Amino acid sequence: MMDKHRRIVITGIGLTAPNGNTLDAFRASLLKGVSGVVPFETRYMGKVLAGVCTYDPLKYQMKKEVRRGTRAGSIAIYCSREAMADSKLDFVSFDKSRVGVYLGITEHGNVETENEIYNISQFNYDTKFWSHHHNPRTVANSSAGEVTLNMGITGPHYTIGAACAAGNAGVIQGAQMLLLDEVDIALAGGVSESIHTFGIFASFASQGALASHPDPAKASRPFDRDRNGIVCSEGGCVYVLERLDHAEARGAQIYGEIIGYHINSDATDFVLPNAERHIECMRTALKKAGLGPQDIDVVSTHATATPLGDIQECIALRTVFADCLNTHFNNTKSFIGHAMGAAGALELAGNLPSFDDGLIHHTINVDHLDPDCALDNLVLHEPRRVRHVTYVLNNSSGMLGINSVVVVKRV
Amino acid sequence: MTNDQIKHAVLQIIAVIAPDEDLSHVKSDVALRDQLELDSMDFLDIVMELRKRYGVEVPEGDYGQLASLDSCVIYLAPKLKDK
Repeated sequence: MMDKHRRIVITGIGLTAPNGNTLDAFRASLLKGVSGVVPFETRYMGKVLAGVCTYDPLKYQMKKEVRRGTRAGSIAIYCSREAMADSKLDFVSFDKSRVGVYLGITEHGNVETENEIYNISQFNYDTKFWSHHHNPRTVANSSAGEVTLNMGITGPHYTIGAACAAGNAGVIQGAQMLLLDEVDIALAGGVSESIHTFGIFASFASQGALASHPDPAKASRPFDRDRNGIVCSEGGCVYVLERLDHAEARGAQIYGEIIGYHINSDATDFVLPNAERHIECMRTALKKAGLGPQDIDVVSTHATATPLGDIQECIALRTVFADCLNTHFNNTKSFIGHAMGAAGALELAGNLPSFDDGLIHHTINVDHLDPDCALDNLVLHEPRRVRHVTYVLNNSSGMLGINSVVVVKRV
Repeated sequence: MTNDQIKHAVLQIIAVIAPDEDLSHVKSDVALRDQLELDSMDFLDIVMELRKRYGVEVPEGDYGQLASLDSCVIYLAPKLKDK
């Protein structure tokens, strides 16, 4: 048995997703098949489809803080404070210099920059109307830094830019900093504010990768024959991570143990995924976890509903999990769209309650399964009850060819 | 603008910049920073809003003239007399 000082566990979860602002609400929506995708007005483009969060920013922030900061920062604060409360750590008396904040982001600064350009366009592009808030809002550490300002945390903080593999990357960074003894508590996960800039929608539209559907709830359809692209979403998910000995000493609830992870690079294309590298990433994470593929009960897939991307991930999954009769696959983006930097962290969170309830949430919107996306034990249409869930593997990947995998064990 | 209109205009700007503050009891002759949670970034916001709303430029050397509502009136009255 590994030294408990070298084992990293999850002891708190805070999240906001388009279909839930707590883990309980999010999980309930997943089990009931509730989407969070709605029509959304965006500058220059009019109505698009997006996953929009409904958390109350004023639960943990003053109005002035909301005004001065960013949406990503506000989401990060909400999730971090919720996670800390959930962990039941005595945060008031805890040494704040031993807390670190590590948040994955897909991008940052586009929202604020676009807003400022629009603002000066109202003044004939005179740059003296450009806000002095622009720089503090657009520095890359902004969302994590806003958490430290709000919570009085004096340990390290930074963001991890990792495209859509970022949620897992934030979790991995937090775990690594605990293993290095740099901190005693890590607030780790991912956030995204991307829907608040038209650019992300316009770029996906130009790429032919922006989802459309008359019914917003049916627009995000990974693995379906008629899928036509990504639904962009905002969201956040932050975990309280700590070493097992620390968690046990204070009698903390434990959601699961992070027993394996890996990040690698495709080194092949700016946008197209590479199944071979994805296979390597999953296999390396399993090796680090000391597991074989047959040990995994649930694989939370990354599939975003792009025609090519879903197929490449399924090629990788069929290769790694060939003949794994008890391994099930599902997809959270079919409910909430693609929450970008938050996606990996949210998708993991939605699957962790399976350890307790033995239910594997399903994948919605697969009316006609694409034969190229067929997987044995792909959970469709309704949740599936199994005898037990002990291991969850969470897949993410992103542009520029980055893959991230996290493996969590029931404790 | 009259003196009262100038005070009202400044308070309207502060209401946006410091939305958590109760502005109903702000004293005209007391420094704003002694009554309200305002920092240097907030004063830059006030300067920016005066520029946007009224076309008034406040050079950096004159920022001290915006310390209280009364000093705002003295400083801004000539600049806003035709507004």
